[in-house]
Amino acid sequence: MNDEENIKKAEKIRNGDIRTATRLIRNIENNVPGAKSTIKHLFPFTGKAHVVGLTGAPGAGKSTLIDSFISQYRKKDKKIGALLVDPTSPFTGGAILGDRVRLQRHAEDPDVFVRSLATRGALGGLSKAAGDAIHVMDAMGKDVILVETVGTGQQEVEIMNHVHTVIVVLVPGMGDEVQAIKAGILEVADVFVINKADRNGTGKLYRELMHMLDMADSFPGGWRPPIIQIGDMFEKEGFGKSIEELLENVQGHYENLVEKELLGDRIRRKAVVELNEALQSSILAPILETLIADGEMDTMVDKLLKKKSDPYSCAEEIAKKYLKKP
Amino acid sequence: MAERKLRIMVAKPGLDGHDRGARVLARCFRDAGFEVIYTGCHQTPEQIAASAVQEDVDVVGLSCLSGAHRYLFPRVVELLKESEADDITVIGGGVIPEHDFQMLYDAGIKAVFTPGATLDSIVQWIHDNVKIQ
Repeated sequence: MNDEENIKKAEKIRNGDIRTATRLIRNIENNVPGAKSTIKHLFPFTGKAHVVGLTGAPGAGKSTLIDSFISQYRKKDKKIGALLVDPTSPFTGGAILGDRVRLQRHAEDPDVFVRSLATRGALGGLSKAAGDAIHVMDAMGKDVILVETVGTGQQEVEIMNHVHTVIVVLVPGMGDEVQAIKAGILEVADVFVINKADRNGTGKLYRELMHMLDMADSFPGGWRPPIIQIGDMFEKEGFGKSIEELLENVQGHYENLVEKELLGDRIRRKAVVELNEALQSSILAPILETLIADGEMDTMVDKLLKKKSDPYSCAEEIAKKYLKKP
Repeated sequence: MAERKLRIMVAKPGLDGHDRGARVLARCFRDAGFEVIYTGCHQTPEQIAASAVQEDVDVVGLSCLSGAHRYLFPRVVELLKESEADDITVIGGGVIPEHDFQMLYDAGIKAVFTPGATLDSIVQWIHDNVKIQ
């Protein structure tokens, strides 16, 4: 595809054309050659949206919270993009993307663009295409982009590289106090939600999180992650108030990032990750493809099996062959 | 290297809360290696068409057990056309009398599957008739 077509596509997307945008996201997911060239023309127009990530265990209530977020943001006339990630089967490569079920009341709103993504083998809780999909929605002029990870456990922290504000959604009754001092997902939270807080164990979970936070020496920008308790969604008044409180804190976190000049750090973090990925796919991926196509990969694996070589020597040989020293 | 995957939406239009069949199908499509977007019960044709466009699906599979397929299925096709998305294949299934088949075909429903159709035959139909984008 020539560059003119890419420029045209990028323009369509910037004007909010959903079909072109969603197809570009698809082509990125599918690794279609040329899809990245369209991103090149969108990239200069990104960086305006507030990107908010939600992560937490399966069934914790992430999609339902996103649904309420969208309603609240729409009252303020904010344009919304939402990316919902669900897992790909390691056996068949298929996936059931079911987060959308909770968001269908917004389906006809032209200012709400919801796109489901399958992980396609990515292990960090997102899909490889998520970063670029955020750029696409950003360039479309969305004010807020909500990103929902797969149901996570302890370790899937990829979300922190792609969003400005991370919400970790917890529910009571999932474990003892040792869980709260472990490394991983609890460390990346900017805002905690204790969802389903009408259930037993909420007080205990709250205290454990407070203790965990009390042990920190300091917080970047002085932002101590608040803990918002959200109860029964069918008790409309209380639920609505908690959602408002949550959104105030999300907004507060963003303002704190801007005020304390930390937003740049987050954006830089994303830029580093993206550059890394781009280097991988421009440098490593073609080499791997050549090795596989030439049968060299098989030859090397055979050598390893016969103990005639080791992985490090093989890699060094390949590096000598493909990477020129300046 | 491009790795194309078929995207299919399984949707239940209208006032019909029986989604066991739709969920079995969603699972079967997953096992066939498709990416399945499931939107739940009680959807309007408008919601279904808008979601299909946003999700860039190749196929919309409609399930209806309430008897309202004569209105609901053609309406989805119509709305997709209005969104310039008539390249999306619409198929349907459920409790549908044989004498309604032709009317649905005429309205742009590409295939109709009724009780007794095997899961394999549905997947095979999709493989034979749908070009992955």
